[in-house]
Amino acid sequence: MSELLNFHFDVDGNDFTSAGQASIQIKKNLRRLGLDPETIRRVSIAMYEGEINMVIHAHGGEADVNIYENYIEIILKDNGPGIKNIEQAMQEGFSTAPDQIRSLGFGAGMGLPNMKRYTDYMKIESEVGKGTTVTMRVDI
Amino acid sequence: MKISEMQKLLEARVLCCEENINHEIHSACGCDLMSDVLAFVKDQAVLLTGLVNPQVIRTAEMMDMICIVFVRSKIPTQEMIDLARDSGIVLMVSDKRLYEACGLLYTNGLVGNKVKE
Repeated sequence: MSELLNFHFDVDGNDFTSAGQASIQIKKNLRRLGLDPETIRRVSIAMYEGEINMVIHAHGGEADVNIYENYIEIILKDNGPGIKNIEQAMQEGFSTAPDQIRSLGFGAGMGLPNMKRYTDYMKIESEVGKGTTVTMRVDI
Repeated sequence: MKISEMQKLLEARVLCCEENINHEIHSACGCDLMSDVLAFVKDQAVLLTGLVNPQVIRTAEMMDMICIVFVRSKIPTQEMIDLARDSGIVLMVSDKRLYEACGLLYTNGLVGNKVKE
């Protein structure tokens, strides 16, 4: 099934303070489309967490949001170091974020579990040294 | 409680979006860890925090919050004020510490919500 709408973003990995711009834009776009506020909230939080992760761990990457008839799909792709142990990374509280990121209020090991919590489907494909692709879906 | 009443209780100074201070609020959250705000907040319209960086504004925007109170006299940057104005989020600064600010609001009727199951 082809998507009805696609939004593509390049996520800049050089500046943590600017991370989240793509998610803010998606939230605005979804509002304009008149989608249900709770759906918008879930999509934007999940994407924001993913975007933050890409900037912290992978020097940025690409984000695509595809809107289908029955669900919204978020694909976050980076060429970063990859995740060694996905099961461990999914545990609440497990984090490899540097102290500098923690001092900014993030890196508490809640990102990936939160992305799973706010979405109806989540798949992580990762290869150490090559990168990570996270695919999430929120049903409409 | 209205945002304007909260402003009086906290003796706070409004930095932007003063036109929204008559909005009614029913719950608030005091937190310096944005990861936890993203994980646990549900329907809290106000964030009280001592953390100052642009991600505080984006986190509040993601959670549909309408007011941020910076405690301990923390002053946000112009970039943060611009971001908040763009989203219609009221920014305030109070001299109170986080514990005292939350206590004042709580004892005056602004209770917290149960955390998300």
